[in-house]
Amino acid sequence: MSHLSRRPESGPDSYEVGKAIPHESAALHTTGLALYTDDLVGRTKDCLHAYPVQVFVAKGKVTTLDVQPAYAVAGVVRVLTGADVPGVNDAGVKHDEPLFPTETKFFGHAVCYVLAETLEAARLGAAAVVVEVEPEPALINVKDAIAAKEFQGAQPTVQRGDVEEGLRAAPHVYSGTFEFAGQEHFYIETHCALAHVDEAGQVFVQSSTQHPSETQEIVAHVLGKHSHEVTVQCLRMGGGFGGKEMQPHGFAAVAALGSVLTGRPVRVRLNRAQDLTMTGKRHGFHAEWRVGFDDDGKLMALQATLTADGGWSLDLSEPVLGRALCHLDNTYWIPNIRVNGRIAKTNKTSNTAFRGFGGPQGMMVIEDIIGRCAPLLGLDPDDVRRRNFYTEGQTTPYGQPVHQTDRLRAVWDQVHTSADLDRRWAEIAAFNAEHPHVKRAIAVTAVKFGISFNLTAFNQAGALVHVYKDGSVLINHGGTEMGQGLHTKMLQVAATTLGVPLAKVRLAPTRTDKVPNTSATAASSGADLNGGAVKNACEQIRDRLARVAGAELDVSPAEIRFVDGAAYALGNAEGVLWEDVVLTAYYQRVQLSAAGYYRTEGLHWDSSTMTGSPFKYFAYGCAATEVEVDGFTGAYHTRRVDIVHDVGDSLSPLVDLGQIEGGFVQGAGWLTLEDLRWDESDGPDRGRLTTQAASTYKLPSFSELPTEFNVQLLQRAHEEGAVYGSKAVGEPPLMLAFSVREALRQAAAAFGPDGTSVDLASPATPEAVWWALAEAAKGHEHGHVADGADGAYPEPSDPAAPERHPESEVWQHTDHHVTTLTKV
Amino acid sequence: MTTPEATVNGHSIAFGDLPPHTTALDWIRDLGFTGAKEGCAEGECGACAILVARPSTIGDDTTEWVSINACLIPAASLDGQDVLTSEGLGSPEQLHPVQREIAVRGGSQCGYCTPGFVCAMAAEYYRAGRVVDAHPEAADEPERGANGFDLHALSGNLCRCTGYRPIRDAAFALDEPAADDLLAARRADPAPVSRATRVSSNGAEYVRPADLAATLEFLHERPDATVVAGSTDWGVEVNLRGRREPRVVGIDQVPELRELTVDDDAFTLGAALTLTELERRLDGAIPLLGQVFPQFASRLIRNGATLGGNLGTASPIGDCPPALLALEAELVLASVAGQRTVALADYFTGYRQTVRRPDELIKAIRIPRPLAPLTAFHKIAKRRFDDISSVAVGFGLTLVDGSVEKARIGLGGVAATPLRATATEAALVGRRWDEPTVRTAAEVLTTEGTPIDDQRSSAAYRSAMLGQSLRKFYHHTTTGALP
Repeated sequence: MSHLSRRPESGPDSYEVGKAIPHESAALHTTGLALYTDDLVGRTKDCLHAYPVQVFVAKGKVTTLDVQPAYAVAGVVRVLTGADVPGVNDAGVKHDEPLFPTETKFFGHAVCYVLAETLEAARLGAAAVVVEVEPEPALINVKDAIAAKEFQGAQPTVQRGDVEEGLRAAPHVYSGTFEFAGQEHFYIETHCALAHVDEAGQVFVQSSTQHPSETQEIVAHVLGKHSHEVTVQCLRMGGGFGGKEMQPHGFAAVAALGSVLTGRPVRVRLNRAQDLTMTGKRHGFHAEWRVGFDDDGKLMALQATLTADGGWSLDLSEPVLGRALCHLDNTYWIPNIRVNGRIAKTNKTSNTAFRGFGGPQGMMVIEDIIGRCAPLLGLDPDDVRRRNFYTEGQTTPYGQPVHQTDRLRAVWDQVHTSADLDRRWAEIAAFNAEHPHVKRAIAVTAVKFGISFNLTAFNQAGALVHVYKDGSVLINHGGTEMGQGLHTKMLQVAATTLGVPLAKVRLAPTRTDKVPNTSATAASSGADLNGGAVKNACEQIRDRLARVAGAELDVSPAEIRFVDGAAYALGNAEGVLWEDVVLTAYYQRVQLSAAGYYRTEGLHWDSSTMTGSPFKYFAYGCAATEVEVDGFTGAYHTRRVDIVHDVGDSLSPLVDLGQIEGGFVQGAGWLTLEDLRWDESDGPDRGRLTTQAASTYKLPSFSELPTEFNVQLLQRAHEEGAVYGSKAVGEPPLMLAFSVREALRQAAAAFGPDGTSVDLASPATPEAVWWALAEAAKGHEHGHVADGADGAYPEPSDPAAPERHPESEVWQHTDHHVTTLTKV
Repeated sequence: MTTPEATVNGHSIAFGDLPPHTTALDWIRDLGFTGAKEGCAEGECGACAILVARPSTIGDDTTEWVSINACLIPAASLDGQDVLTSEGLGSPEQLHPVQREIAVRGGSQCGYCTPGFVCAMAAEYYRAGRVVDAHPEAADEPERGANGFDLHALSGNLCRCTGYRPIRDAAFALDEPAADDLLAARRADPAPVSRATRVSSNGAEYVRPADLAATLEFLHERPDATVVAGSTDWGVEVNLRGRREPRVVGIDQVPELRELTVDDDAFTLGAALTLTELERRLDGAIPLLGQVFPQFASRLIRNGATLGGNLGTASPIGDCPPALLALEAELVLASVAGQRTVALADYFTGYRQTVRRPDELIKAIRIPRPLAPLTAFHKIAKRRFDDISSVAVGFGLTLVDGSVEKARIGLGGVAATPLRATATEAALVGRRWDEPTVRTAAEVLTTEGTPIDDQRSSAAYRSAMLGQSLRKFYHHTTTGALP
């Protein structure tokens, strides 16, 4: 057990981590008193409202931008254009996202913003702005971009072994292609920023952002200011899911610029249609592959090319693609493998981080392959999956040893037992035989997800902890709260480390002037990183207080334990109250605050070769899902889900349960229901997102909640490498939803003869399922998987593509200029 | 006229100058009650849900706490009404039972949707017909708790974080309101009386006339006025498409439009009764409509939306017209010149166009009796709760000695207007209700209308689903699975 992971020896009842407590803001949430960025507007005097001027041409040069008519609208105060930018006119970190563009790159691209006394006036002002655009041909879907060879960014390859030889030796070789859709984040709170300027020209921006430090940097570079002149605060977000990792920066910059120019507070809040049409989403992917199996269904070789739909700019597409390549193996040992990756450049919103960050897209490819090929091999997909699991000593295609493979088998076996699968499979076989128009199926899929940012530098965090003279504790850390319960966990970590009751600790909103240079709250890493930093800060204070208490109790500080609000000497029931120790420390001039710091040890990653051990550990999980499909319509519902998931020793079981259930349902939404449609016609609306409202883009609702939903945390799951033995939980459960998709595939197959291989579109909407089952019912044994040597050959990477310079997934705002000073 | 005002969380607040397009949500948030949120501005997510003290939906003279989407209604339409938001239900120190159950069970994560869930759940908590322990066999009915809680009450609320399970558990854990619960006690008193209203700003006005005569007179003088009832359609136009009108007439409280009568010849349904009121007061008396209501949008929408509105907007994808066509419904249109009755099949003339003149109101919908004995409503959509149809089909069939004596089939989503599948009807009438007939008629049905490809589904799927709906209907009639 490491120092980081060890819990107090006083026993689980005596400390706060591991207790199932509600979200720290639950009472504020339910009473409506919890404040989000836009709730501050009515509490802010003389606020101006900003409205974007969107141009509805997917690609074209702006030939005219006449903002004068806007000033004729009563209430309009100012129109912000590129000419107003004192610093860098760019909202991104790759310098490919002009904040006020002179060309439109997607349908709905905003070219300027109107500020007015009311939102209504700003809207009317925006409508009055005259924009003329000379349209150019636009690429909307990935296939067209591939055909046109329109790519952006690096084209990495992950490889191991000899793929050609592996395929040659394999008795069963199949090939296929698969294109699947992205996903809209649909956080219920749309993007919002509120900025004001103080008497010295310093800018304060309240932003709904997962990455306050980067928002700060972008605001600073747009304004031509230094970072110390800009403070960004995030009270909390009404959902983020990755959609507020990079996308908030531009809106914060617009608010800040408006505020600097007018001297008044400025609010930018997108309405839902603006949010949907202006901000990035999960990347849809195109995949082509050849795979070789042996007679037992064991994977011998896999060759694949993955093309991510990057949209109009790079944004986070490179690291997303990197994670996709590093997760294509999922839980499976593939001895010979070569996976090429590339990023299509299309005239759509710039796709970005979304829970799983490419991991789901990578896993999707292998799970789809197994789901399609198992029937052709004459094998049960459940057997094919289990047989290919990693065993101890094996490494991933990028060279990281896969540890804790016993946990993979444990979650798999536990699900099979707890879900009573053998009995239920038999029942389903009988049910299906009796019901020609309704079919049921259960599918089981597992997840292995690497935890840490691929890029080693991001795996660091800071915290600031104050203990006041009355013994109350205030903590700050660099992570943001978007509903995932990070703050709840941090309160538990602080209380546990200091040995005080939870009520003694309060948490202040995330601000860049409290903890600087933070990483995004992303990659499921929030609790691992910030928990390490909070623990470190608390330990510094606790160790100082132990010296004070040791002197009081006349023992060595090493023998002092803080438990439940008092300091005790080991083996002695008499102690000193926490408050008394704190006050004594103050009078002894002992510092009662500390800055904590944490960095994840033991990581390395070489992005030029795509090899290394980028992940601290893997999170495992397994789900069994039963669906029922109506053969008349393709409509379906989820009857039962059983999940066993590995969260290490949970920091906060109720929070973790919520992450697992919520992630699963969100993943099921991506795979079944959520349908991003773009106008691909040659008409004037080419490139328009046609599902740009809640009425057309359907999220899971109560009707998608599994009728029976059983979730267990894997027990005795201590993780050495993370704070108090826990594991990250934000993203991995999303990928458990592949079990829903595979169950739908198997139910569709049940309308056909045994051994039917089913191609299932993604999302597997009722319509998609109906076409799949109608095809199965025709009695075709093969889907569109090509058997044998013919079929699709994955394209190699383009040698002319930009070189993958080391650490190319770094999203640096400015190039590193290392100036060498020579003393003369 | 008294000063237009509403009571929000116990505070009486005058509207003052207010244009008709100012939504209740914006007005309430501007008061400082920022619990209610805008998530979608089209009544799909429920983050804006509030409670309003309304006349009981079962038609007695008690009060019901009704949940509605505040983002869709004009603030001025709340004149004289009593409104509660999540802030008014409880405080962190004294959580309301609904708030407590959601909080302790992990029913809130980011919390943004939570105040809306709280209001929608509180409405069901206080529903007079909810009887704790009436459904001990809840396992057979996954959408109803043993505490009588109907999960459809939350069908108009979206949560992106939790996956809903803890919210369901919270809903199903609720007990009866306590004896000293003032909001429960309030139900015994009559609801605030609707009153004539005029609220305006810069010449744009919201007007609520006192009765039908005044309404028709107003429309006679101002045929350009926009008529709204639940404004669940108009509110979307205002929010998403910037529709602004100088003159809006609220008819949702006009007493003559809120009558429901049943006699030997017909059911006469007042055009301004909400769908919730119709659902509860008909209570299955028209089985086909009993199938439609739970699939029609969400409870939040049904609490405001009216049958008259669904026909007034004449949307080709409204859910009621296919069923009403199958029921051979007629519309009673009223104007200062008098009343006329129009068969629904003759009512639609084009995309969102009808025979109704601008000075006319839909007063009532007549459904002639006897009803067709065999009916079904099939809605094809991506999502089971609260979605818009790709295709909707209403069936009304009369069989005599195993043969089809009469068939009425209404279709939605396959043309610019709802329409009757007359060719399919002809292919059924006079034939045995058996597999060969159904096979032939289903082929005909597949060719009805002129479906299009759009974001909801392909034209091919729409056509296929028409045929499939008849096959499924037949299958259910032969297996006894017909609801």
